[in-house]
Amino acid sequence: MDKVLSNKKVIALYILPSLLLILAIVYIPIVLTGYYGLNEWNGIGAMKWVGLDNYATLIKDEDFWKSAGHSLLLAVFSMVSLIVYLVVAMVLAAKIKGANLFRKIYLIPMLLSSVAIAQLWLKIYHPTNGIMNSLLESLGVANPPAWLAETDLVLFALFIPILWQYAGFYILIYYAALKNIPSSLEEAAKIDGANSFQIAWRIKFPLVMEVVKVTIVLAVVGSLKYFDLIYVMTDGGPNGSSEVMASYMYHKAFKAYDFGYGSAIGFFLLLICLIATYIIRKATASKDTIQYS
Amino acid sequence: MFKQTKWMTVALILSLAVVTAACGNNNNSSSNGGNTASNGGSSESGSDKKVTINFMHLWPEGVSAGQNKIVNQIIDDYQKEHPNVTVKQEVLDNEQYKNKLKVLSASNQLPDVGVTWAAGFLKPYVDGNLFTPVDDLLSGELNGKFVAGTTEAYAIEDKTYALPLEFNIAPIYYNKEIFKKYNLEIPTTYDQFKTVVKTLSDNGVAPIALGNKDRWTGSLWYMYLADRIAGQETVANAITGKAKFTDPGLQQAATEVQSLVDANAFVKGFNGLSNEEAKSEFTNGNAAMYLMGTWDLPNFTTNEDIPQSFRDNVGFFKFPTVEGGKGNADSWVGGPGVGLFVSENSKVKDEAKAFVQYFVTKWGEKSVTGAGVIPATKIDTSTLELPQLYIDLFNELNKASSITLFADVQLPANAAETHLNMIQSLFGKAVKPDKFAAEQDAAIAKGN
Repeated sequence: MDKVLSNKKVIALYILPSLLLILAIVYIPIVLTGYYGLNEWNGIGAMKWVGLDNYATLIKDEDFWKSAGHSLLLAVFSMVSLIVYLVVAMVLAAKIKGANLFRKIYLIPMLLSSVAIAQLWLKIYHPTNGIMNSLLESLGVANPPAWLAETDLVLFALFIPILWQYAGFYILIYYAALKNIPSSLEEAAKIDGANSFQIAWRIKFPLVMEVVKVTIVLAVVGSLKYFDLIYVMTDGGPNGSSEVMASYMYHKAFKAYDFGYGSAIGFFLLLICLIATYIIRKATASKDTIQYS
Repeated sequence: MFKQTKWMTVALILSLAVVTAACGNNNNSSSNGGNTASNGGSSESGSDKKVTINFMHLWPEGVSAGQNKIVNQIIDDYQKEHPNVTVKQEVLDNEQYKNKLKVLSASNQLPDVGVTWAAGFLKPYVDGNLFTPVDDLLSGELNGKFVAGTTEAYAIEDKTYALPLEFNIAPIYYNKEIFKKYNLEIPTTYDQFKTVVKTLSDNGVAPIALGNKDRWTGSLWYMYLADRIAGQETVANAITGKAKFTDPGLQQAATEVQSLVDANAFVKGFNGLSNEEAKSEFTNGNAAMYLMGTWDLPNFTTNEDIPQSFRDNVGFFKFPTVEGGKGNADSWVGGPGVGLFVSENSKVKDEAKAFVQYFVTKWGEKSVTGAGVIPATKIDTSTLELPQLYIDLFNELNKASSITLFADVQLPANAAETHLNMIQSLFGKAVKPDKFAAEQDAAIAKGN
């Protein structure tokens, strides 16, 4: 087997299928999207080359920057919530009763499809017979808000299911990373007289730092290109107050038949994600990885 | 090391070559296919060669049970009469259907026969040369079979590109029980209507079910108010760009919309509710009125999923007239719903056209009793046993002084989006009537 794998021809043969797939499915569409973005195109007829006109419009497009602001806000919320997930994961990773059950409970939302989650939360937020407002009314709130119809509330009302949806995913990643820390380190710290908080902050946190960095990138990029729940639950409305970059792109391309402009937004979104990833990598880069053993 | 990179380069080049070759091939074969299709089509017609017609539509069994059953019946019958033809269906839900049609046309792979909407929706497809004219069918066997004014909505520059299936108008449905409980009469003037709204609202009943997340639902309310205040011609002209939305009458209509919102006329959270959610507010008896097209008639007449006690209690009235307004009560908002197109690049164009002709004729006969919708083809209701609500609305349709096509259907895609967004903002009180008018005029002037 070793002999076969050292043959360069065989290596080339083995990587070819996946290389072809990734080229056809990911990289070629990216190049094409970049190309469409330089054209005026309604998606059906002939294309008209307009150069960077679409991008010039985009820079001045207030609606786009408003949606970009919403995406950024979601990214900030996702990052902050990572702290909560890490704490939960630390509690679960400690040997407490029922940790196994809780781990499964937190993971369940991840197993549901986005559309199912959206339907579920639409019912919860229903202005007259949703659980949320029934609960508020029984607590004596006279006129509870119609969550998804209030322009200044809708975005936050949407963030809750979005964050809830991914909680299990991050908790699971952190949980696995924490379980990888040798118990000898914790025991040694205990012998030296460290309390639980010190163990968590001084021992566990530095050791899972590499994983945390990866999750920050995942959370930020995932938030910037987020689409599903927003599309199903509000479709960017009302009055564009829950529009994010991806839904704005969808509306421009598929609703307003402006494929060229939609593609330009898509390509711009890609650039933003790349820049965000680069900045995060730079900001969190450390010279040496910590190792205690 | 050198050797390794060399091999990697070879692999990379090879893979690129294969991909580009594949793309190139694709293009060739499709253009070839197009050529042979037009040749093949003419030589094949009349012969008994096996053909398959791909048919894409938007009546899934779960959502439109009645229509789905009819489609299957018609296809079965057609296949029995034409043993050489196989009709292959692809069924999608409304929004998914629109998206898929879009994607398929970008790659020039439209089904042979499909469903389309009129006017603004149709235009890019016609400009892109994707739909074939069906005038030969209209001047042939189908001559005079359609209700006047229906096929025109599918015509662009004197050619008709699709054959309509449905014809709709939008009345206000109301819950008779709720009206009786609060001693309310059917309003014929807008002032009476406002009194009805006030009485219901004071008694804690939601007067009107409206799902304005979908936006076109709110557009219906605006269009009716505009029609009643400024007159049908002004509305129609504003949509085509011949008049302005800044017209005082049209602006007054926008102001009226906002005063209805202020009077709590619509269900709570209407801007966050979908049309389906709003409809269930009406069918659950939580809201008293619901303005919707006649395509929803089955839900108020024959649909067994909705309790009989509710269906018996649904009545309708025409949108009330406004004192001093230019519109009359017999002016409706509505128009043909969906129609069938034949793809320009279809390899079985003649067979597809024959199938469309058959489908449209049979649909007219079957949809009345089977689905309870109003077809675009002329029918004789006197010989059929139909629900009273259906007959009354059918008669109203025949008495109509004018029918204004839904604004979002008539407008080109980009302007339609602006119109719909402005409607949601108007109802949400995020724009003033003057900005509402100005933004729409600007979008319509751009003409895309």
